[in-house]
Amino acid sequence: MTFKTLMMTTAATLGLTVAAQAQTVGFSQIGSESGWRAAETTLTRQQAEERGIDLKFSDAQQKQENQIAAMRNFIAQGVDAILIAPVVATGWDSVLEEAKEAEIPVVLLDRRVDSSDDLYLTAVGSDLVHEGEVAGQWLAETVGDAECRVVELQGTTGSSPAIDRKTGFETGIAGHDNIEIVRSQTADFTRSVGKEVMESFLQAENGGADICALYAHNDDMAVGAIQAIKEAGLKPGEDILVVSIDAVPDIFKAMADGEANATVELTPNMADPAFDALEAYWKDGTLPPKFIQTDSALYTQDDDPAGEYEARKDLGY
Amino acid sequence: MMRSLKRVAPQLLTLVVLAALVSWFFPGFLRIELTDGRLVGPVIDILKRGAPVALLAVGMTLVVATGGIDLSVGTVMAITGAVAASALVSGWGVPVALVLAMGAGLAAGFWNGCLVSVLGIQPIVATLILMTAGRGIAQLITEGRILTFTDTGFGFLGSGSLMGIPVPTLLWVSTAVLVALLMRRTALGLLIEAVGVNRRASALAGVNARGLIIVVYMASGLCAALAGIIATADIRGADANNAGLWLELDAILAVVIGGNSLLGGRFSIAAAVLGAMIIQTINTGILLAGFPSEYNLVIKAVLVLAILMIQSPHLASEWALIRLQAERRRTVRGQEGTR
Repeated sequence: MTFKTLMMTTAATLGLTVAAQAQTVGFSQIGSESGWRAAETTLTRQQAEERGIDLKFSDAQQKQENQIAAMRNFIAQGVDAILIAPVVATGWDSVLEEAKEAEIPVVLLDRRVDSSDDLYLTAVGSDLVHEGEVAGQWLAETVGDAECRVVELQGTTGSSPAIDRKTGFETGIAGHDNIEIVRSQTADFTRSVGKEVMESFLQAENGGADICALYAHNDDMAVGAIQAIKEAGLKPGEDILVVSIDAVPDIFKAMADGEANATVELTPNMADPAFDALEAYWKDGTLPPKFIQTDSALYTQDDDPAGEYEARKDLGY
Repeated sequence: MMRSLKRVAPQLLTLVVLAALVSWFFPGFLRIELTDGRLVGPVIDILKRGAPVALLAVGMTLVVATGGIDLSVGTVMAITGAVAASALVSGWGVPVALVLAMGAGLAAGFWNGCLVSVLGIQPIVATLILMTAGRGIAQLITEGRILTFTDTGFGFLGSGSLMGIPVPTLLWVSTAVLVALLMRRTALGLLIEAVGVNRRASALAGVNARGLIIVVYMASGLCAALAGIIATADIRGADANNAGLWLELDAILAVVIGGNSLLGGRFSIAAAVLGAMIIQTINTGILLAGFPSEYNLVIKAVLVLAILMIQSPHLASEWALIRLQAERRRTVRGQEGTR
């Protein structure tokens, strides 16, 4: 009896020690300005729970001063690591130095900073140029040698996703002289403008008969454009191929209906590689590379879009 | 009738010049075809796409006529769109969604009107509150997502057509005609102008200025609700972050291009909706002409500046003065010649 109690107490104490050793990670999120970011928050929380990491979450509501305050808070609490999705690129030097002095590794999620790279452990992110390239290569493979006049819906003029995804796509279709971008306009990453701009593209290109494919810098613009194509009496996905980037749930719905053809994923699961790198670092001090690039997976109508939609719709997109 | 035509002559002339300009870059601009029982063509697109700004401009004209301004209309569009979409997603049906959305617009207008007329807060500040806070309200309703629905009955309001004409076009034209008739066939228009010119004097003369201002902001809220319903129905989803974003500025611009003074007083609803069409013609024209998107805003700015300069009364009087002087010099020279 006593022995059993002793064993149980030991077990309980051991359990407690394990619990006390659970790592605490502070996460300073930008805010919840888009569905994608909400999904990133949800997935980071899920990942932390699965790995038994105690995640302290702070929403900065798009303000850098809130993020800096949150980081100082995390440092004061003595967390084991800090994840941060920096709202802007500049102004992080002093707070990153404070974290370095406190020997707390910092992992940047999704966005980069201008500070010197010895101030943080690593940065996890996707390569925007590569995303565009994957989309371009898909189109080049799909149309083969057929003549293809492409219209492009750009993101917000001057934003880095718009510039990089445009460059990437052009690289992807380089060398295929049968593919030509005939019209390219900004649609501000939104559905309504995407629809409006697509309407004028259809007007300008012989009612859409001269358009072979649409490339949109994000899925939302593609969803708007698909409606415009349908209202013009054409079949999106057949008469006009639709390829876009992001892989939000609604584009999977469109793909399941045969109205979109392909999307390149910008994964909101940046936490998985970040925690992998942190766990290796905690274990034996392994230093990860300074930039960990996430996959830019291509999804087409063959990849069970209906199933992907079900899997994603509750992530908060 | 002739007097109204003369009032909107500058706006009509601007439209004609713009149409000619766009046709020069895109020859098929004025082409209109009938396919599948609906009219199709760039001009029809303009009449349809311009609907939100035209509706906002109707409400904004009334507010501006009282010497006020309503910065919250874009946000009210997002709120009403969110309300309508969430009602549809909950399965309450189209009529309930419409009533709730318009109710939300009226409530927003009532709030603005009370801040301005009862508490005496300056209109630009009073409506700025809802402009910034309202998007948060809309995001709370949609839970930060784009709320999509599949109801085709509601979608009809955004992308359907009656007798070949797009429904949004019918909505803005009938709203503008109704409001204009209400203003000009009753004394309402005169009373609003009186409040705009001198609120104290009109109140002393027996006009219920306080009530009238609240009603005017509510009318603006209702117009914004209609615009929000159209925008939401159009993409079959409520996008709280982007619906109506910055459209309040386009609406104010439409009112100004319509030759209405931001100081209040005399107003013309016809001129304001023509102003909205001018803005939309520029937007669509830029897209059709196929310039790189970096030029969009510059082209728009230059065109708007040119339009406003042509309409400027100050420049007009300067021009008249120059002409007068030139004429005088000519007659003087002519007289010297005869001598």
